[in-house]
Amino acid sequence: MSILVIADHDNSELKPVTRNTLKAASEIGDEIDVLIAGAACFSVAQSVVDLGVARTVHIADAPTFEHAIAENLAAMVVQLASAYQHILTAHTTTGKNFLPRVAALLDVQMISDIVEVLGSNTFKRPVYAGNGIATVQSNDSTKVISVRGTAFDPIESGTVATATNNLDAATFPDPSPTTYIKDELAQSERPELNNAKVVVSGGRALGSSESFALLEELADSLGAAVGASRAAVDAGYVPNDMQVGQTGKIVAPELYIAVGISGAIQHLAGMKDSKVIVAINNDPEAPIFQLADYGLVADLFEVIPEFIRQIKAGS
Amino acid sequence: MKILCAIKRVVDANVNVVVKNDGSGIDLTNVKMSVNPFCEIGVEQAIQLKEAGIADEIVAVSVGSDKTQEQVRVCLALGADRGIIVDAPDDLEPLTIAKILKAVYTEEQPQLVIFGKQSIDGDHSQTGQMFAALTDLPQATFASNLSVSDSLATVVREVDGGLQTLQVPLPMVLTTDLRLNVPRFASLKNIMMSKRKQIDVISVADLGVVLDRHTETLRVDRPPARSAGIVVDSIDELVSKLRNEAKVLP
Repeated sequence: MSILVIADHDNSELKPVTRNTLKAASEIGDEIDVLIAGAACFSVAQSVVDLGVARTVHIADAPTFEHAIAENLAAMVVQLASAYQHILTAHTTTGKNFLPRVAALLDVQMISDIVEVLGSNTFKRPVYAGNGIATVQSNDSTKVISVRGTAFDPIESGTVATATNNLDAATFPDPSPTTYIKDELAQSERPELNNAKVVVSGGRALGSSESFALLEELADSLGAAVGASRAAVDAGYVPNDMQVGQTGKIVAPELYIAVGISGAIQHLAGMKDSKVIVAINNDPEAPIFQLADYGLVADLFEVIPEFIRQIKAGS
Repeated sequence: MKILCAIKRVVDANVNVVVKNDGSGIDLTNVKMSVNPFCEIGVEQAIQLKEAGIADEIVAVSVGSDKTQEQVRVCLALGADRGIIVDAPDDLEPLTIAKILKAVYTEEQPQLVIFGKQSIDGDHSQTGQMFAALTDLPQATFASNLSVSDSLATVVREVDGGLQTLQVPLPMVLTTDLRLNVPRFASLKNIMMSKRKQIDVISVADLGVVLDRHTETLRVDRPPARSAGIVVDSIDELVSKLRNEAKVLP
């Protein structure tokens, strides 16, 4: 049972979510290869070798792959596909972008966003914003799967000697007519939302981007990432990459603190697997209280400064 | 320029969906159905391009049963010029839908094909990308901004780390994210007018697409329940509980 995992990376570092994807792969079988397609991405390849869980790391190194343009990446994966029964990647915006193309080109019905491996062809995945968990069986000879990172622990380092295979540039697909213009990526010293142990999220009740500074202070006192509800992003208080929910980021930290978030179904879909949920809201009827472990009905502007003070005093 | 907007009939976003007790699926009896919100954003984008003089025809297409008439009619009321329904079962897989839409694309030859980035029922986020692969078109997914000039689309995409801008030659496939626009409401006048707009119904057989299934949904269960915890009275109590009971604070 050979499995190909396509790594998430930024050409210099392997994204942590790749380790969660590898964990899901290891629950399917132990013959795991990794593809790294990027530009000048040797340090990423070295991280995979150091991890010691893959047989081979395939390296497709060319400018074509620098920005993970879906057409180029998908065409590369398709070239390798015939050697594998399973093709996995993380259900990130990169994975969601190229993997359905791979599946279509292989005439396979992809299985998106799996949260559990039940066997080599049977998986669980959320539907209807996580209000249902579907058990899906694939009858395709190749299984093309995207993995919800938060549903799997990161794989532990192993002792497998990983071979490196530099793919021949002559075989690389013709580049897409798409031109990459630019990235505007958030620069932050805080942990990434996807992997943070603690997440502090704010909603519409914050009322302005300035008020988010208060949440950032709370987050920094906890070493937390900062998230937001769709309402807060739509109102322009914070950028889109902070949105937690059905159509934003899915998080499952040890501690999730929802501040001024009422708790729409679409938001809950993105955080309800958190271990401990705290809700602070001035509306006692807010739906968020129905799943919070600890609720505090209060004006956030009155209590958050005290919250920060107590955390700083205690640590 | 002609724009093809693929739309899907789904459970309305405000409905609290219920999993059937026998695990056979979601209970859709007497549930309000709507145009998938992301598809509605796609239709709005097409209308804005038409209002800007860039597009001259908008075709709304959906794959589904006769009930899909209602949602296609909504798109006509919003401003699409005509509709196409490919008569087929409501539970097709994204791959099959992509194949059907490829056949429609071949017939219609639009310059821009717009999909929602995902449907809020299946949550796959696949159909637009699969369609793009099958038609060998470039794609720009999760779009939060679009401008079109001289057969070139400049698209800002919402990606995990922030935003990415791409330039893509037409014809191309776009999938919409939430912040691309805020869809308008249909005016009463437009709703009345839309009744005179044409909806063509075509059969899957006429398109030559085989309705085979690649996956089976064995069952659908409720997610593990999460019950409400306790309400604390103060930050003192909250911090104490988080430290001593939940042990998530140092």
